[in-house]
Amino acid sequence: MASPAERRERWTDDDVDQLLGNLLRIGVIVATIVAATGGVLYLAQHGLEPVNYRVFRGEPPELRRVGGVVREALGLHARAIVQLGLVLLIATPVARVAMSLVAFVLQRDRVYVVVTAIVLAVLIFSLTGGVPG
Amino acid sequence: MSVLLFTGLVAGGAFSAGLLGALTGLGGGIVIVPMLTLLFGVDLRYAIGASLVSVIATSSGAAAAYVKEGYTNVRVGMLLEIATTIGALGGAYLAGRIGTSAIAIIFAIVLLYSAYRSTQPLAEHVSSEDAHPLARRLRLNSTYPTPNGFQPYAVQAVPAGFGLMLAAGLLSGLLGIGSGALKVLAMDQLMHLPFKVSTTTSNFMIGVTAAASAGIYLARGYIDPSLALPVMLGVLAGALTGARVLAGANTKVLRRVFAGVVVVLALEMFYKGVRGGV
Repeated sequence: MASPAERRERWTDDDVDQLLGNLLRIGVIVATIVAATGGVLYLAQHGLEPVNYRVFRGEPPELRRVGGVVREALGLHARAIVQLGLVLLIATPVARVAMSLVAFVLQRDRVYVVVTAIVLAVLIFSLTGGVPG
Repeated sequence: MSVLLFTGLVAGGAFSAGLLGALTGLGGGIVIVPMLTLLFGVDLRYAIGASLVSVIATSSGAAAAYVKEGYTNVRVGMLLEIATTIGALGGAYLAGRIGTSAIAIIFAIVLLYSAYRSTQPLAEHVSSEDAHPLARRLRLNSTYPTPNGFQPYAVQAVPAGFGLMLAAGLLSGLLGIGSGALKVLAMDQLMHLPFKVSTTTSNFMIGVTAAASAGIYLARGYIDPSLALPVMLGVLAGALTGARVLAGANTKVLRRVFAGVVVVLALEMFYKGVRGGV
């Protein structure tokens, strides 16, 4: 157990747990609100059109990259707003790992700074399109 | 079918999957892909993309509550995430290389295994002594809340658990599922973590694992916003409702019923994979 003096200086595991819990909750709530807003807009515009997911065409290029998604969403394109919400959702666990990294640095836990940095590197490698399609 | 009707039906189906998944503890993610492909005729690739997104939502939503209760072992989770994220990259890479028929057959096998697993009682092997040397060096041993206060536990078989997590990550990236069943197997049975610790830590890891492959699926155009949204919202709402009503439910009967549903889906998935046309 950390003494009160230590507790003030460094973060305890419990403090970190509370922070991670809040981050995850906020991430999911914000992502859901953004995606649902886009969804309502999409249904209002295209709700009565016929649907077809039987044939795989793949998403258009602007919905495959984070930059394109943000640009289209700012232009108030409904499907891009939904996609922005989904991108925020995918980013939530990544932000959690980044925050764990900061916490381990503040706790001066060298081994786990390295472990967490490896996980974060793999995630960034994936999200920046490091793996060929 | 109109977009409005399709969206409503998919959201309803996803809600039921999330509800049953939470009530039985099997997770709803595993039935999302078969439901979308078999019931709604959705292409397997879109189905996997939508499932992956819903897995991240439920994992992060539930982890928010669990982390605060003090069950989750963040160090074990972080260490094993090295294995699951690398596995997930490999799985997502493979998904673009092998045909949809092969993926459907592998999916069927994983469904059958999960159904079998869910009917087998597992024994808890918690002890506070004889930790693996690596567990001591990496400070994996911890305590967890019990009715008699916080109890210590020692972590075993770190390398074997790590290896099984590579496989769990690979399947997660290939099939768009959480691979919770395999993760719990590695953590309860090999590493001897207490049940509550292994399920919550597994759940904590699932979101990060899925995010590793979701980036690749997004870049390939497998994540369709108008399909993924009703799936994600439905599963999330179902899982949250399931967690609320968990106390009063007869889970033994429910588990049998759900396992039965999973077996039927597995057989259909296998048939479709062999015949082609997924």
